[in-house]
Amino acid sequence: MVPELYRVQRVRQETHDTFTLELRPQSGAARLTFKPGQFNMLYIFGTGEVPISVSGNPTGATLVHTTRAVGRVTHVMSRLRAGDVIGVRGPFGAPWPIDLARGHDLVIVAGGIGLPPLRPVIYHVLAHRGDYGRVVLLYGTRTPEDILFRAELERWRARFDLELHVTVDRGTPSWHGNVGVVTSLIPKAPFDARSAFAMICGPEVMIRFTAMELERRGVGTDHIYVSLERNMKCAVGFCGHCQFGPHFVCREGPVFAYDRVEDLVHRWEV
Amino acid sequence: MTTQGAAQQPDARPPAFLEPEHFDDVIQILRRRGYRTIGPTRRDGAIVYDEIESAQDLPVGWTDEQSPGRYRVRPRGDHALFAYASAAHAWKRFLHPPNLQLWRAQRTNGHVELVADSAPPPRYAFVGVRACDLEAIRRLDQVMMDGPYVDHVYRALRRDAFLVAVNCCDPSGTCFCVSMGTGPRVTGLADLVLTEMVGAGRHFLTLAAGTASGQEVLDELGRRAATDEECRLADASVEAAAQNMGRSLAVDGLREALANSPEHPRWEHVSKRCLTCGSCTLSCPTCFCSTVEDVTALRGDATERRRLWDTCFSVEFSYLHGGSVRLSPRSRYRQWLTHKFSTWHDQFGVGGCVGCGRCITWCPVGIDVTEEASVIRQAVPLPGSTGPMTE
Ligand SMILES: Cc1cc2nc3c(=O)[nH]c(=O)nc-3n(C[C@H](O)[C@H](O)[C@H](O)COP(=O)(O)OP(=O)(O)OC[C@H]3O[C@@H](n4cnc5c(N)ncnc54)[C@H](O)[C@@H]3O)c2cc1C
Ligand code: SF4
Ligand code: SF4
Ligand code: FES
Repeated sequence: MVPELYRVQRVRQETHDTFTLELRPQSGAARLTFKPGQFNMLYIFGTGEVPISVSGNPTGATLVHTTRAVGRVTHVMSRLRAGDVIGVRGPFGAPWPIDLARGHDLVIVAGGIGLPPLRPVIYHVLAHRGDYGRVVLLYGTRTPEDILFRAELERWRARFDLELHVTVDRGTPSWHGNVGVVTSLIPKAPFDARSAFAMICGPEVMIRFTAMELERRGVGTDHIYVSLERNMKCAVGFCGHCQFGPHFVCREGPVFAYDRVEDLVHRWEV
Repeated sequence: MTTQGAAQQPDARPPAFLEPEHFDDVIQILRRRGYRTIGPTRRDGAIVYDEIESAQDLPVGWTDEQSPGRYRVRPRGDHALFAYASAAHAWKRFLHPPNLQLWRAQRTNGHVELVADSAPPPRYAFVGVRACDLEAIRRLDQVMMDGPYVDHVYRALRRDAFLVAVNCCDPSGTCFCVSMGTGPRVTGLADLVLTEMVGAGRHFLTLAAGTASGQEVLDELGRRAATDEECRLADASVEAAAQNMGRSLAVDGLREALANSPEHPRWEHVSKRCLTCGSCTLSCPTCFCSTVEDVTALRGDATERRRLWDTCFSVEFSYLHGGSVRLSPRSRYRQWLTHKFSTWHDQFGVGGCVGCGRCITWCPVGIDVTEEASVIRQAVPLPGSTGPMTE
């Protein structure tokens, strides 16, 4: 339960409310290793601890987290500067099925702050591009200003081996891209619905509608993976907060095969 | 040797016979062995578990009366030591403390240091662990130390604890251990298992060892073996208790019924009465939920991380940015009851209720889990039956 101390190496302001921290252990030891989809508990001195997925490259030198400032802890976190020290416990949780999906088409669907937890998958896939079939990344945000990792997305969009589409809920005069919900991109996306693996991260309603749209295209619920959020205090199965029906989201999730949680996702207040 | 959960006996030695006025010897042996003896004691009109220094601290001659929303103690008119049911506290208070420091952090010139408490944990001897509560400790073990992660504080306390279990002869009006298969006879592993026989002009104890350390204590006690006749009498008291349960709950099909009844109107019905006070979860011997909190010194360069008991009945419990997942009282009551009798099975291979009755007794409005659960269970047809029964 005692965190390890990490020093902030670099802070990057991604959008008006979202920032990326690059961290290194204060001790100088090697950083923890993680699998795409796993998360850490980040502890801010005297303020509190919150679950945040790793958004960096699994083979990168630093530990990278991208966080949207929404409340008490994340607001204090957004004021961290290079040299500050925070606590890190982890990595926790079940990863995205990058091994299971080998040899198949991949559909990655992200909504808003759901992109950072999926970014390690993209790094992995691009580093092992031959292991996968067609790869589609669909990303929806509220406005063009909320687009995360914009330079990186533009670089990826230039590749011939990755199909990438971005859409926004509300356009601006200078926006000439898609407008509409991310689910509207699914019907035309190029992938083999009978064998593709889908990975979805975003708000729970977006997950529900995206999964429905994928099912409509013929993707099996056992090939659809979703990352769920619940309140978490311990991340190791002791505090009870993350329970979702029979599941401890911290331990069995946050990434679930959709067939395990579909019923629950459609129930009220589980 | 049918009286004392014979399965764990290191050998087939018969239990020892002990006069009640000499029970203090057991407590003193344990204290000499360095244990902090915790047992039932009468305080503020209730029987609670706290440190006991001698047998005089036990509620000698007292019993309890429990019914939904009601608890009281009254004198029995004899000198019985253990003739009452679930105490107001559960043993989890000692193994999973309600307010625990996890670690401290000190910040000096931008350098932070974290220190975990390294003081050796107390060695407890729990005297008077009833069958249901012994099973509750087992269920907590599964949560706190038998899974992929281990709570080191719990494990250290648990590993060193000496358990004196009691075969229950005095169930209360809210007990239903027989339905839950957890009592009144002790079947789990305890260092010593005690039976108190009171009645028909007799009053004596039998004490059986369940472990080698239990046997050491018995050897030091140096008492004669109980006769077959004494064993039979003690056994009959436990047998009678099984016939004397205040409540019952039919559990076949209950797990499935709860899993399949998220929309049952009974959730709304019970939520009209439930105050969502969380008293049930605090009194429950298996409820384990907790939260964490930072306590920062005024100067701001030192902080303490503490773990506190929490309850799924609070709105904040399921808070996510933007609002709580379980906002309505009915969803919170549903979470508690479904966890106890249904999803706990999925998580730990066994249910979360041991039938101690505390949540019924200590609910300020007297909500009875056995009643709520049976209504839900009856609404769903059992395999092989012809159709739903009505309420
Ligand atoms: C597995 C997992 C991975 C996550 N990954 C990311 C990520 O990569 N980037 C990111 O920006 N956010 C992520 N989140 C959400 C993030 O944890 C919350 O936004 C954060 O906890 C809000 O804390 P706060 O104190 O600032 O907000 P407040 O609104 O003040 O919240 C108070 C408390 O409620 C709890 N809480 C509130 N919202 C959430 C939430 N959405 N999830 C869990 N607990 C919550 C926290 O305990 C928090 O301390 C993730 C959540 C989970 C469960
Ligand atoms: S749910 Fe009630 S009866 Fe069952 S173990 Fe908990 S407090 Fe005892
Ligand atoms: S069931 Fe009773 S004790 Fe439990 S939260 Fe509701 S009112 Fe409180
Ligand atoms: S976060 Fe504590 S049990 Fe999952």
